[in-house]
Formats: sequence, structure tokens, C-alpha cells
Amino acid sequence: MADTAVHAGHESGHHVTTTGLSNNKLAMWLFLGSECLLFGGLISTYMLYRGRTGDGPGPNQLFDIPLTSISSFVLLMSSLTMVLAVNSAKRKDDANTKLWLVATALLGSLFVGAQVYEFTAFYQEGIGFTTSLFSSSFFTLTGFHGVHVSIGVLMLLALAAMITRNRVAGDKAEAVELVGLYWHFVDVVWVVIFTLVYLIPA
Amino acid sequence: MTTTDTHEHHGHAHGSDEPHIPTDRYFINVALVLALVTALETSTYWWPDGMQTVATVALIIMMTIKFFMIILVFMHLKFDNRLFSLLFYMGLFLAILVYCITLASFRFFF
Amino acid sequence: MALTSPAPSRSLGAFRRPVEATGWKSWVFTVDHKRIGIMYGAVALFFFLVGGTEALLIRLQLAAPDNTVLGAGLYNEMFTMHATTMVFLFVMPLAAAFANYLLPLQIGARDVAFPRLNALSFWIFLFGGIFINTSWFLGGAADGGWFMYSPNSSGLFSPSHGVDFWVLGLQIVGIASLLSSINLIVTVLNMRAPGMKLMRMPVFTWMVLVVQFLLLFALPVITVALFLLSFQRNFGASFFDVDKGADPLLWQHLFWIFGHPEVYIIILPSFGIISEVLPTFSRKPLFGYKFVVFSGATIGFVGWGVWAHHMFASGMGPVSVAAFSVATMLIAIPTGVKICNWTLTMWGGKLWFTSAMLFAIGMIVLFTIGGLSGVTHAVATADTQQTDTYHIVAHFHYVIVGGAVMGLFAGFYYWWPKIFGKALNERLGKWNFWLMFIGINFTFGPMHVLGMQGQPRRMVVWPDKLTGEGYFDLAFWNEVATWGAFTIATGVSVFLWNVWYTHRKAEVAPLDPWDARTLEWMTASPPKAHNFDAIPNVHALDELFHRKYEEVDTDKGVRLKKTSTAEEVLAAEEARGDAHIHLPSPSYWPIVLAFGLPIIAYGIIFNLIMAFVGAAIVLLGAFGWVLEPSVAEPGDYESPSDDHHMKELDPVG
Repeated sequence: MADTAVHAGHESGHHVTTTGLSNNKLAMWLFLGSECLLFGGLISTYMLYRGRTGDGPGPNQLFDIPLTSISSFVLLMSSLTMVLAVNSAKRKDDANTKLWLVATALLGSLFVGAQVYEFTAFYQEGIGFTTSLFSSSFFTLTGFHGVHVSIGVLMLLALAAMITRNRVAGDKAEAVELVGLYWHFVDVVWVVIFTLVYLIPA
Repeated sequence: MTTTDTHEHHGHAHGSDEPHIPTDRYFINVALVLALVTALETSTYWWPDGMQTVATVALIIMMTIKFFMIILVFMHLKFDNRLFSLLFYMGLFLAILVYCITLASFRFFF
Repeated sequence: MALTSPAPSRSLGAFRRPVEATGWKSWVFTVDHKRIGIMYGAVALFFFLVGGTEALLIRLQLAAPDNTVLGAGLYNEMFTMHATTMVFLFVMPLAAAFANYLLPLQIGARDVAFPRLNALSFWIFLFGGIFINTSWFLGGAADGGWFMYSPNSSGLFSPSHGVDFWVLGLQIVGIASLLSSINLIVTVLNMRAPGMKLMRMPVFTWMVLVVQFLLLFALPVITVALFLLSFQRNFGASFFDVDKGADPLLWQHLFWIFGHPEVYIIILPSFGIISEVLPTFSRKPLFGYKFVVFSGATIGFVGWGVWAHHMFASGMGPVSVAAFSVATMLIAIPTGVKICNWTLTMWGGKLWFTSAMLFAIGMIVLFTIGGLSGVTHAVATADTQQTDTYHIVAHFHYVIVGGAVMGLFAGFYYWWPKIFGKALNERLGKWNFWLMFIGINFTFGPMHVLGMQGQPRRMVVWPDKLTGEGYFDLAFWNEVATWGAFTIATGVSVFLWNVWYTHRKAEVAPLDPWDARTLEWMTASPPKAHNFDAIPNVHALDELFHRKYEEVDTDKGVRLKKTSTAEEVLAAEEARGDAHIHLPSPSYWPIVLAFGLPIIAYGIIFNLIMAFVGAAIVLLGAFGWVLEPSVAEPGDYESPSDDHHMKELDPVG
């Protein structure tokens, strides 16, 4: 294998790229940079419309801050378990890598579960997707975030399964790190949403 | 490719492009700080109504602290090659720029 | 879910990688950037003919007062789809074709960073383009104008599925561009040959790099806007519905935050192409390489702060208008810098007027005209008069057809011998150039007058009683514009004939027909599958030029003398060729994964069950992709890409 193009992303590939950095990791960071503009757009839409509640209840009457604080805390802790998975993978400790990946996925699922519960509760209080501009933009923003978390859970579990069956092509530690970057980004987006949407009064 | 940092690390002798990533203990400490800040954030919910402006400012500051702690430490930007930071900050900067201008043109801020 | 099911064993036939090197399979499953580039080009040209036909129909309708060639409804569909097709399915993918084919060659790489992802981008683009155009047969195409302002985009004013097709189709095509932008940026950052520093890269590569950054950051904004619109149309939300208290300006902002960088996405590749063509045919290095590169990057950056100049008439308020007006004037500076650089490149050069050179010069002339009328629109007071008139249509067609398309045609004539081994016929090429150049001026020149006379854009008829006299005669100028449009069409036909003629009749072109300067000419024509026998070592900007020419002391001082031919340079390179070159294997999965996307989109419009089938195909494709063995080396593993499709898709499905 004499050439850079084909080596990309492979363990030994780090040393043949121009910058010495992994192609996959550069791609992931570019993608996350791009995601900033996606979530920025959704957050701005919500900020613009959060006061337009029509006849329905507004954010201040609706949000259950203690519940959301707990689920925010859960997601934050999943970042810790993720970073432990990344460190285990760097140590080539497969058993702990899998353990922390699954733990992260569980915490993520818990967060999604809380979100589903929250959406159901809102719906029962009479706030549907189409009730008002506030509700549409709220459900769109948090829904997009929830979908991102769900995809993250899917990737975490898939990665754990692939490690078990030894089906990870290329650098295992890097694969964990890439999923980790994605996961932390989703967490960081929630940090912003939690403050701007839930905590700052409209 | 090495980033000079003074953090505790077990030596990565091989490969100059490997960033020095701190130990588990370090990350747990960071997570504890993050949890503490989150608790503080949540507490603003029970602050008296007269302190709304203070609370808003405090919340934005705390959000920024959490944001950068996660991307710098958990996402390794602090330890990694600066190119990764550059690529990500480009997106972040443009997002803040264009959306703040847009919201400003809707008289969102004042 | 799929993740807990046992991973398929390697013995399952479907998980082998295809190996065909010839026949249709070698194209459908290819991951070779050159083949993908050619396919991008072919599909883009096909859509050029579709969009061109739509343009001719529009011009026929407007050729005479109170005309009835097209009904009002059909006319609305026609101009919407003309713009959509030309922007998203012709100019952007044609630039992607050149970028795909040439960028790895120009930086001395054997392929792009993620070859499978590259194939995926192409197939997604192709299926997305077909998807949008099937709307013609499924109840009518989109009819809200290409920027689809509210309330035109709402179900009330556009009850057919056209807008749904448009929204979902652009969403699909956007995924293709996003993936390919990530791919090409990583390629430029990471795959350069030894010695190929950033400031030694050809200007075309530089401009493509800037464009990919614009795409990377602009596309998510339109993605948000399109999601909001499709939630409004399909799920009952009211994001842009004034009746429900919404702010329709939100759409305009989101659209133009994307839409203005998009303008530079369209024009910058063309800037890059002519920055290669002009030095070659002036036999001089590009004047002020660094200025051209930095002004290109500056245009890319300042392009983010000018979007609201499309909205001067929307009532944003005086502060916004003033700020965007100033920012818009600023962006004329780097553009002017480039025009100066190109002109000074030709100054004192030994000009060689090939077809490629003519197109490049034509591009400078026409783009300057379009740029000058453009910068007058930065003056908000004047713009308020011109908004939504044919004056604006004149401006952006001079920029897009006169600027971007002329530049791309320069690229055809310049790189054809590299890509196909045969040069396009020069005599036909000159016919092609003059017909298009004259046609463009006759089509879009009169539109300045029409606009000043107040003929509005997007109006299906102009009434007989408004026809003025002499210089103000709407009938005369409209007729001229229609004749001009058919002149352009003749020019394009000559091009197509030229392609056919060249491939039937022409001799094999010499290795270095233009005495070119950059790396892509330092390899066989057409290049071998692995591009370079040995990865070149780069020592300078215009590497090939420096290998061919040396400074020699003569009695008249130091002169440049050609000391070796391209054939000799190539022979020397081939002599030190690598013994074992492994290329990425072809793959089944890009086309499978891409195929799921339009099915999801049809499902959202017609039947949600179908959307789930499409999502299942995408998920299957993603897992097939990840689990696919890499025949040569495990170097093809591309985790980010997988994350990406899932993220982009699942919200839709």
C-alpha cells in the first residue's frame, strides 16, 4: 500500500496525511461545525416565536424545571461515561470500552425517555405540535435534538456490538472517539437549549 | 502536532500526533464541576422575581462556561491539534453571527 | 433493532465488494473520483438541457404581448423549475464535476479522502434531481419562484404537490452537497502531495476549497428553512403563516443566509477555472497569485454578511438596510481585485486565443457588466425601484450565465483533452463561443431596459397597451431577448455537436496541448486509474511549468527556456513509479443508500408506509456500508459519513 489516498483513517494512516491528522476526525469536526448552523437556525426560530402562544399556555406555565433539570443532568453524566469509554478504548481495554459505551447509551435512552414523557404530558395539557407558533417551534427544536440523541444511542450500541464481534474496520479507538465527539456535541447543544429554552424566562 | 499542555497524563511516547489526554480522574473532576454548575443553573428557577435580569446574565455566563468545558475538555479541543478548533469555531462563529443579526433585525434584543 | 442482530458473516455474498473494471457495473459501483466527475458532468449537462428548454419556453411566452404559449399556472412552474434546475442541478453539479475530477489531480492525490462517500454524493444528487423533476408528471411542479417566499409557498397558494417535491428534492440534493463538501475539504487539507503547500495549490483548487466551506456552513441553514416549510405543508405547523401570527420574513432571512453564499458557491469555481486558463494562454504566471487567493477567501467570508440586500424592499427597517447596503458595497472590492488581476495577467502576455481563452475573456467582460449592475443594487434607494423587475433578472443572468457558465465552458475546452484524451474542435469551439457571447448580450442586455421600464419579473404576460415607442418599446426588446435566447441555444447545440464530432473524428491530442502549468497535466491523458505512477514531489507553484522551463543566461539577460517537454517530465515520473499501488475497491452501498432517499421523500408526500420502506433501505445501506469489508486495506472505514446520513435522514423519515 503505497499511497495516502487509500490509507486514510487507518491506524498507520495518521502519518501519511498531509497534516498528520486523521481524515475521519477532520470530517467529524467539519460536520459538527456545520451542525452549529443547523441548531442555531432552530434555536433562533424558537427564540423568535417563543412568545407567540396564541390561546395556548406559554413556556412559563408549561415547563417542569425540576424534571428537565434531572434529565439534563443525566445527559451531562452520559458525557462523562462517554469520555471514559474513549479513554478505555485508547488503553485498548475492550471490556471497559463496551461497558462505558452501553452505559452512555442507557443514559441517553433515559434522556429520550424523559423527553417522550415530557412531550406526552404537554400534549395532555393541550399543547400539540400545531397549537401555536411557540409549540411548533418548541417541538421542532427539541424534537431535532431528541432525534440526534436517538441516532447517537443507535451508533453507541452498534459500535459496542461491532467491538464485540470484532467488526470495526480501521482504528477502534478512533471509532469510539468519533462517536464520542458526536455525542458530546449533542450534549453541548442541550446545554444551550436547557438554558435558552427552559431556564431563561420568556 | 503536539500541543503543549501541563496536564497529568501517562506518556504517549509514540507518534507526535497523539494528543496527551488526561486520566479518568481528571475527567471525573470536570464532570463534578459541570454538575455543580448545572445545580446552580437550576437554582435560578427559585430565585425571587426581582432578580430576573441578574439570573439571565448569570445563566448565560454559566451556559458559556459549561459549553466550553465540554468542548475543550471532553471533546479534547484543548489537547488536540488547533486545526480541529479552527474548523469548529468557524461554524460556531458564523452561526452566532448570522443568527444574532437576524434576531436583531426582528428587534429581538431591544 | 439491527444493531443487536448478529453482524453478517463475511461469507454472505452481498457483503463482498464488486470488482468489475469494465462495463456498466464499473460505473455504477465506482468510487473513482474521475469516473464520478464525468458522471456528474454528464448529468449536469442533461439538466442544463432541461433547464434550457424551460428558459426557451419562458422566452417564447414573453416574445409577444398577451401571449398564450404557456398558461399562467404552467408559466409559474416553468420559471420556478428553470431557476431551480439551473442553480441546483446544473451549475453546482457541473462545478462539482470539475472539482471531483481535477482537485485530486491538481494536488497530486490518487483519490479523494473518502471515495465511497464521493460516490454516495453523486448518486444522492442524481436521484434528488430526478425526484424533483418527476413532479412534472405527478400533479405539477413547484410554482412559488425559486426562493419560494411565503405566502406563495403555502398550501393555500400552491395546493399541488409541487412545492413538496421542491422542498424534499432540495433537501436530498443538499445532503449530496454537504457530504461532498466535507469530503473535498478533508481531501485538500490531508491528501496533498509532498511539498504541495497551501500557497502552492492551483487557484482552481483554492476556489473549490472556499466553495466547500461556503456549502458546509450555508447548507444547514436552508435545511432548517426547508424543514420548517415542509412541517408547515405536511404536518400543519404555521411557521410562515401570517394569519397565525408568524413572521414571513423568517423564511426570507433563512433562505438568503443560505442564498447569498450560494451566489458565491456558483461563481467561485468559475473564477478558479479562468485563473487557470488565463495564465496558460497568456504564457505568464497569474498576476498576484496571493491576491487572487485571498480575495477569493475574503469574498467567501464577507459573503456571509450581505444576505439581506435581497430583502431591501421587505421593510426590515432603516438600520438593517443601511448596514447590509454598506456590507454589499464592501464585497465589490475583492471582486474588483480579481478582475484587475486577470486583466494584468493578460497584460504583456503572448495571448493565444483558443476557445478556452475566448470563453475566459468573455467571462471577465460579461461578469464585469453583471457585477457593475450588481453593485448599483447595493444602493438601497435605487434597489427599491428595481426590485422584482427585469433589471434584476438582467443582473443575475449576466453574473450566472455570463460569469459562471462562460467560465465552466472555458473549463470544458481547457480540460477536455486531459479528461478524454482528445481536444474539442477549435473551429466549432469558436462558433460555440461567439454564438453564446452574442446570444447572452442579446438576451440579457435588453432586460436592463425592460426592467427600467417597469416590466416585472415572474409576470406571465405583458399587455399590448403598455408597449411604448422607440427606445421604450417593450415589444421590440422582448423580441430581441427571445431571439437572443435561441442564439444561446444554438451555441449550446454547437457545443453538443462538437462533443459528438470530437469523439467520432478527432485525433488523439498531445499530452500537453496548451503548454500548461499545473500538476494535472503531469500525468497521462486520460489519467490512469491511480492518477500518478509516482506521487509527485512539488517544489513550486506551477510545478509543471518549472519542470519544463529553466532560466537560462543569454546575451539579452536571463530568459526562460523550455528545456524539457511534458512527455519527458512524465517519463521521468513514470520511471520512479511505485511498484504496488492499491486503489479503493468499488462498492455496492453508495447507490443502495442513495436510492432510499427519494423513496422516503415520495413516502412523505404520498404514503408514510413508503417512507418507512425508504428509511429501511437507508438504514440497511448504512449498515452494509459500515460492515463492508475493504478488499485492499481497511482504509475505507468512514464513520462520520454514516453518522451523517442517519442524522440527515431520520428526521425526514
